[in-house]
Amino acid sequence: MSAHNKKFVYGIFNDDQVVLNAIPALRSKGLKVKDVISPFPIHGLDDVLGLERTRISIACFLFGMTGCGLALLMTGYMNIFDWPMDIGGKPSFAFYKNLPAFIPVTFESTVLLAAHGMVITFLLRSKLLPGVEPNVIHPRMSDDQFVMAVQINDDSEIANVESQLRAAGAIETKK
Amino acid sequence: MHKESELRPPLILGDKTWHDITEDVCRPVESKANKWWWLAFSVSLAAFLWWVIAVSYTVGTGLGVWGLNKTVGWAWDITNFVWWVGIGHAGTLISAILLLFRQKWRLSINRSAEAMTIFAVICAASFIVSHMGRPWVAYWPLPLPNQFGSLWVNFNSPLLWDVFAISTYFTVSLLFWYSGLIPDFAVIRDRANTKWRKRIYTILSFGWVGTAKNWQRFEEVSLVLAGLSTPLVLSVHSVVSMDFATSIVPGWHTTIFPPYFVAGAIFSGFAMVQTLLIIVRKVLTLEDYITIYHIDMMNRVILITGSIVGVAYITEFFIAWYSGVEYEQYAFINRATGPYWWAYWSMMTCNVITPQLFWSKKLRESVFATFIISIFVNVGMWFERFVIIVTSLHRDYLPSSWTMYSPTWVEAGIFIGSIGLFFTCFLIFVRVFPVIAMS
Repeated sequence: MSAHNKKFVYGIFNDDQVVLNAIPALRSKGLKVKDVISPFPIHGLDDVLGLERTRISIACFLFGMTGCGLALLMTGYMNIFDWPMDIGGKPSFAFYKNLPAFIPVTFESTVLLAAHGMVITFLLRSKLLPGVEPNVIHPRMSDDQFVMAVQINDDSEIANVESQLRAAGAIETKK
Repeated sequence: MHKESELRPPLILGDKTWHDITEDVCRPVESKANKWWWLAFSVSLAAFLWWVIAVSYTVGTGLGVWGLNKTVGWAWDITNFVWWVGIGHAGTLISAILLLFRQKWRLSINRSAEAMTIFAVICAASFIVSHMGRPWVAYWPLPLPNQFGSLWVNFNSPLLWDVFAISTYFTVSLLFWYSGLIPDFAVIRDRANTKWRKRIYTILSFGWVGTAKNWQRFEEVSLVLAGLSTPLVLSVHSVVSMDFATSIVPGWHTTIFPPYFVAGAIFSGFAMVQTLLIIVRKVLTLEDYITIYHIDMMNRVILITGSIVGVAYITEFFIAWYSGVEYEQYAFINRATGPYWWAYWSMMTCNVITPQLFWSKKLRESVFATFIISIFVNVGMWFERFVIIVTSLHRDYLPSSWTMYSPTWVEAGIFIGSIGLFFTCFLIFVRVFPVIAMS
């Protein structure tokens, strides 16, 4: 729904089960059902729409590994290489000897980078930022209504798509 | 979606439609506050002003205005810090660990518990900053290049682990909370009928639209954040406990501290959630969402963690005797029978005996009893930290240094004021944010 040159007809539904059943039925009749906007996540919608699995957890893992690596470099550089200190009879002789004491900081840094990296990736990928104007198709689409977006090539298809959406259970249609 | 279990009681009472839920949850945000809210808010704000005065006096004059002395160098400041951080644990436990365990009942309470976590950690952090005495150098524990002869921070020190643990915990909890709020801000945005409300919630909701891809990513992000927060929440209080456990002070140098502190944190956190939610469900008339079933489930968590804490107290005593170390034995005898015996026995009564009342189903399901017991637990857990910190320090290896500690009005002001800060934040939260996760 991001590209502005595409045209859509929207069907408004009031039941998630009806939406789930309607998608394969409408698609078999040649309608291009592109997306569903819902007030809460609908179980099984990804499969019905044929969405690919999100790779955001892979991104999270990579961010976590980066955090872990940076923390090991930081602790090793600062306390072993650059300025070793002997505090309270606990000297900084070698990285592997001090590693147990560096584990808490390494763990926290891993979580810090993994969590922040993942959430920032999510916000950027989904174009969620303060100041973004939402495309509100129906005022109750975040309350209890479900919006199905069907792509059309030109205006002559509108009447056909609207009647098909209504037949599939839509309570309202919108251009 | 439309299936109801026959074995478990329903999580929401009164046969609500989705639209009813939206209406009920948005009502406090969209209507004017009643006089009870204003009363509570005024009292909290007044307490917070005492905090401002006391902290300004401390910073302006120096730490000498506190009751600390050379022997007891940590007292109410660290007691309050550990108490607040502990309270903060319930939020992440409810949102992360219960999500991984698929405990659906968490959904009515996770939002407010997460908010509570954020505010409790802010209160905790305020003690860290104020006990430094010179808050303008609070950046010194950060690993920054500096002018002190290329001297870096010491990564072998548990106090530095704490800096990393608390700051990671705070920011990750904030992310978890805020990312869960985005779709709910969008609900208020789409319903807004005034220009300003629409504008503010458009900014807060980041332009959220519930497309299939957005929801897919949202669910994945929530799940992975829960996976990350679970070890995080266990690590935070473990690290806090190591501030004590890695030292050689009798009564602190104990290997059971990490699990014992984590159990205590969850125990006190759930007690605070109970205290707050019992008030919130009444004031905001959310009894259909935060039901007796939720209260019962939380009371079971309080019962189990309270029992773990009780076992930990007894284990500590046993090991002190069994170790044969004179100093360790004296520290524990002194706790129970020394000059601070009243603190020790308050702790024992509130933390070990009162939660055992929850074996009775009748008491677990009584709102009044739960409220009273939750207050007892909050008090008991505060005394636990006081007992650990002050009684261990005031009489350790050198009897000529033995002394007593008592707080001044400044310390009392900062403590009461931090409770004011907490409630001020929480009361603003219930007016501005949807207190129950709708989506």
